Amino acid sequence: MATLKINGTEYTLDVEPEMPLLWALRDELGLTGTKFGCGVASCGACTVQVNGNPVRSCVMPVSAVQGQEITTIEGLAESTLAHYEPGDLNAVQKAWIDHQVPQCGYCQSGMIMAVSSLLTANPNPSDAEIDASINNVCRCGSYPRVRKAIRAIANA
Amino acid sequence: MKISRRRFILSSAVVGGGLAIGYAATRPSGHRIANDTLGEGSARYLTSFLKIDPDNRVTVYVNHSEMGQGSHTALAMMAADELDAAWEQVRIEQAPATDLYAAGDMAIGFAGEFGVPSFLMPLIEASAMKIAQIGNLQTTGGSASIRFTGQLGMRVAGAAAREMLIQCAAVRWGVPADECTTALSYVHHNASGQSLSYGELADAAARLEPPEAPTLKERKQFNIMGKALSRVDIPAKVNGSAFYGLDYKTEDMLFAAIRLAPVFGTKLVSVDATEALERRGVKKVIELEDSVAVVADNYWRAKEALKEVSAEFERSDNDSVSSADIAARFDEELTRSEGSKDFEAGDAEASLTQASEIIEASYRVPYLAHAPMEPMNCTVHIQNGRADVWTSTQDPLAVRGRVASVAGLNERAVTHHPSYLGGGFGRRLPFNWNVIDHATKIAMQFSVPVKTVFSREDDMQQDYYRPAATSNFKAGLDSNGNILAWHNRYTGPIQTPGAAHIPYAVDHQSIRVVDGDTHVPIAAWRSVDHSQQTFFTESFIDELAHRAGTNPFQFRMELLNKHPRHQQVLQVAAEAAGYGRNLPEGRALGIAVQESFGSICAEIAEVSIGSDGKPVVHKVTAAIDCGWVVNPDTAKAQIESGVIFGLTAAMYGEITIKEGRVSQNNFPDYEMVRMATSPEIDVHLIESGASLGGLGEPATPPIAAAVTNAIYILTGQRIRELPLSKHSFRHNSTLAKA
Repeated sequence: MATLKINGTEYTLDVEPEMPLLWALRDELGLTGTKFGCGVASCGACTVQVNGNPVRSCVMPVSAVQGQEITTIEGLAESTLAHYEPGDLNAVQKAWIDHQVPQCGYCQSGMIMAVSSLLTANPNPSDAEIDASINNVCRCGSYPRVRKAIRAIANA
Repeated sequence: MKISRRRFILSSAVVGGGLAIGYAATRPSGHRIANDTLGEGSARYLTSFLKIDPDNRVTVYVNHSEMGQGSHTALAMMAADELDAAWEQVRIEQAPATDLYAAGDMAIGFAGEFGVPSFLMPLIEASAMKIAQIGNLQTTGGSASIRFTGQLGMRVAGAAAREMLIQCAAVRWGVPADECTTALSYVHHNASGQSLSYGELADAAARLEPPEAPTLKERKQFNIMGKALSRVDIPAKVNGSAFYGLDYKTEDMLFAAIRLAPVFGTKLVSVDATEALERRGVKKVIELEDSVAVVADNYWRAKEALKEVSAEFERSDNDSVSSADIAARFDEELTRSEGSKDFEAGDAEASLTQASEIIEASYRVPYLAHAPMEPMNCTVHIQNGRADVWTSTQDPLAVRGRVASVAGLNERAVTHHPSYLGGGFGRRLPFNWNVIDHATKIAMQFSVPVKTVFSREDDMQQDYYRPAATSNFKAGLDSNGNILAWHNRYTGPIQTPGAAHIPYAVDHQSIRVVDGDTHVPIAAWRSVDHSQQTFFTESFIDELAHRAGTNPFQFRMELLNKHPRHQQVLQVAAEAAGYGRNLPEGRALGIAVQESFGSICAEIAEVSIGSDGKPVVHKVTAAIDCGWVVNPDTAKAQIESGVIFGLTAAMYGEITIKEGRVSQNNFPDYEMVRMATSPEIDVHLIESGASLGGLGEPATPPIAAAVTNAIYILTGQRIRELPLSKHSFRHNSTLAKA
């Protein structure tokens, strides 16, 4: 049994302690916004936040995140906005629309989770700081727009 | 057989009132046809529909997959503009294979009512495969959505519906149709001050016969086309709600992990699954001809259990084949065989003997994997003699046919449920069937939905690859540096005719292709043959420019005097990149240009060598002439995307064969350009007014040569083999990246 607090709700799951959080989210809870990309913590498509920090859920056993605050893309806006109404978007999600960042979009849940964490910790990152902390793979090559959107949020 | 035009624009009333327009499109077979809207004499077929509801909502059914290229939005823009619809009231739906052909009866009803010639009837009932082969019916690829479906289908459907709505309003008001105007989903008669919404007219309009040849707008009349409108699919892609094939989920669903024969084409011999079967959640271990699969109640459980399965595959003659063997075989074939003709002009052999200098060079590229971000997957649910399928695909109709044939079902008993694609790049095209076939065979053993997922490792090792290829050049220069002859022998197959041809004015050319078949399966990979051929030809022409002592830009411009569009993209790119300016110490500009998929793209890469001896691409300036532009923002996004896709291949892309199988496993050993290595990209869209060209692929081909041509200027090293990660360069200490 694992007790996980995800997007403010507690779930008790009958899963192996070593099951990666990604598969508990996707196959047990049906929270499919978090994506499977590589399974080896290389591409970042599975990025969620644990206590606000970006974590690659494909290699994070559920036993390691019990009792922690887990946020997925589905709960991101609610976790970051002081006054949240259903359908609201956080600043990163809005900037992603303003700058038309996603193409196929598959990597963008992870990208947005990673960028939201970065900007909470460092509201005005340098290009080098962006490069160092955002190493998610986007096969469509949205990187120039990711950078532009981050810059726009930082300068807002 | 004489075919009346009107037979190909088909309309009908829809349930609940309203108008539906089925439109015709011409089989894409060249620029000429693209220009010749509804020209006589070509086969045509139903493709998709436009629907107007009584509440004035317009629904555009798009028969292409959205894989990030933005074509859902752009195609709907084309229909909506010709219709003079209010964009805010336009909805876009993916046209599922079933709506058109199985549940559709709609399509068949139309055919009966309007008398589609009998030779077209098979297209409506025939197998998906046949349709895909005949007409590219639902295939998304070849950078074709906008220039063919959009131009020949969407615009015609919109224009036809608009004329029918006007005709209806004119009759109702008793006024001449040419006094009526349309705007924002209304028909107006200004003289009498009357207006009716499209929704109010749709039901009556559906009873009219469609116009024989509706008039399309002039570009100056566009209200929607040409605007940088936001993509309709993006909001769902920022909050996790966008639905991809891998996201399909039911309570009773099972999951399959699979191990395929590591050496392509070999069969399974024996399996020991004793331990796997005892693991939690495991339902079954399935032996297929070339693979073994574990089915469990969670994908991770299936994957972990598969590790406990020992499987033996048969030995094969290919068990010892390596990439070096394949390269040697190519070399041997290029020496041994005269090959077959690709293009010949003049007498290249004789002209070489006149040359004052002969330059020879051999170029080589490896196999490449597609590696779309969404790993390959397919869910199949077979019950009560029918099948439901969820898979991200570039051709839903072909998937439907394939599942039907594997499962032994009638196509009408198979439904493909549409989804967004987490990347395609050619991997999700027809013929690349391994995922679909295995998922179907596995699901045939259950009555619940079974989702078969290729892990990233499976995806890397069981792809259909961009071919490895070798190209041997020989050119003769005269004493003034003019090219007398161009001689190229390369390994095939030819997947994209013309990719190895050059636009340069060289009178004597001999371009021939030799057999490049190996046991490694190949397929189309973004830009197909252009990806390797442009690296080859645009590098070699650069070699000749340097040998002739002319700067590579000027050299190309002079040899392109019969190709003003090529000259213009080069000129625009050169001006924007500041070609010829004094660059920072240790930087150089490399240039390349290629025509592909109806567009001409020039790229200039600004490159230096980093402290680790590896190239750093600081900036890419791209200029593309795609005729004219439907949505400038999605167009720019596709150029950025194409550049980065090609740059990833140039920098890192390599699938190596060792002991008959693929060595690479996952992203750590099949590296990608990421934020830190992504250049600034400056895109210039040129509207020459020529016929619409594609945008999804043409930016990929030039980048490799643009980068290596810059490296030559920086280091004097001519890179004739990709990827760049294999090479090390002399570092110039003034260059380190900040």
